[in-house]
Amino acid sequence: MSMPFYVSPEQMMADKAKFARTNIARGRALVAMQYEGGILLAAHNPSSTLHKVSEIYDRIAFAGVGKYNEYDQLRQGGVRYADVEGFRYSREDVRARSLANLYGQSLGQSFTHEVKPMEVEILVAEVGYDEADDELYHILYDGVIIDEDRFAVLPGDSEAMHTRLKESFAGGMQLGAALKVAIAALSEPDVPLGAADLEVALLERAAPRRAFRRLGDDEVTALLA
Amino acid sequence: MSLPLYSPTDDPGPSFSALLRRLDGPAPPVTAAAGFEVTHGTTIVALRYDEGVVMAGDRRATAGSSIAHRAMDKVHPADRHSGVAIAGAAGFALEMVKVFQLELEHYEKLSGVALSLEGKANMLAAMVRSNLPMAMQGMVVVPLFAGYDLRRHIGRIFTYDATGGRYEETDFHADGSGGRDARTTVKLGWTEGMARPEAIQLAVQGLYEAADEDSATGGPDAVRGIYPTVATITAEGYREVPEDEVAEGFAALIRNKTERGLNR
Repeated sequence: MSMPFYVSPEQMMADKAKFARTNIARGRALVAMQYEGGILLAAHNPSSTLHKVSEIYDRIAFAGVGKYNEYDQLRQGGVRYADVEGFRYSREDVRARSLANLYGQSLGQSFTHEVKPMEVEILVAEVGYDEADDELYHILYDGVIIDEDRFAVLPGDSEAMHTRLKESFAGGMQLGAALKVAIAALSEPDVPLGAADLEVALLERAAPRRAFRRLGDDEVTALLA
Repeated sequence: MSLPLYSPTDDPGPSFSALLRRLDGPAPPVTAAAGFEVTHGTTIVALRYDEGVVMAGDRRATAGSSIAHRAMDKVHPADRHSGVAIAGAAGFALEMVKVFQLELEHYEKLSGVALSLEGKANMLAAMVRSNLPMAMQGMVVVPLFAGYDLRRHIGRIFTYDATGGRYEETDFHADGSGGRDARTTVKLGWTEGMARPEAIQLAVQGLYEAADEDSATGGPDAVRGIYPTVATITAEGYREVPEDEVAEGFAALIRNKTERGLNR
């Protein structure tokens, strides 16, 4: 019987983290940011059917980068969790914070125990009734949760993108202006992304119930004009 | 609860009730007949007009011969482009509406597209059918489903019986204890391609005549300011008709009856 080679825990974790990071960095990015009417989510995604950004519940949205089948599985779990909780208790008892914790646990669990970690980074966004109550939880492949303030960039490693967004972000921007800032952050310098390359959705603060709304290519083009 | 993640071979799919069964196990069967008066909701109406459909329902709930509730809503949005109205055992009916709304939303979120109108109508039929054991013990729930068909660009109305039978009506329908009177009124006034104000007025009149003949149907309550729920469903979606517009409809109806000398 052959003996497995000894690998130190440090080495194993470092290898897994490197594997996840490299593969996530290979995918396309997304940004989420506050604007005057709520939260804007914009992703570089040429597909109009395989979404990076989706609705979880009345005021909660989900966004993921990395391996589609893996973050979509997490998205479905989130929708199921939210709908069951809202049915058992009440719609207002479904909160982004508890969902983000569950995602963190689930990702952390698979990072430590599975042979292959999940190659995803996800974002759970909740629009509050006040700007100060907006929540953005950025969850990494190893289960680490970051409570982001006002805006977030996924994957978190994209330093250049983060810098671009940080420099041009301002509080209380109109939707058109905010969208331009988001696209400038997502685009490589000198290669601006067009409406067809983008997936854009909003969490609208003033919505009576379901705050999530996708913007079509026409609407995006009109806003950028 | 933990995050409900399933392996591909074990996935409950986009059905909310399948998910609940997976989490909670099957609901316990009800075996004994109820030995008490159950709260009932009464008259509901739906009719087609040029832009879509109008749905309306009175506000009274009864338990035997007493009034259990004066301001119950029987017309509810099912999703953006459809509505469901209920008559029958109120507790089960309201629960059915809640689960039905959730089923449609859950399906839409998980699969990324909304069900077709036909698909929604069939899903409701299955829910009525699953209530059959309760219906056998007198707790019948009869919904009325209507919506705007985004593929065919018309309003459509579906009715149900207690066994889950689903029937599509061409133009209008009314159900519940005052349903027969409301139906007759709507039948006499209905014409193809009615405009919104006439359609709303006809629904209001249907409910008025039902309340006139049926003790379990509530009429307009000017003292408390409680008027029937009326909603329209068009390409723009489900919209509740403002209460003062409904109140004005009743006021016009009463003026008309007085002028004709029917106030004696």
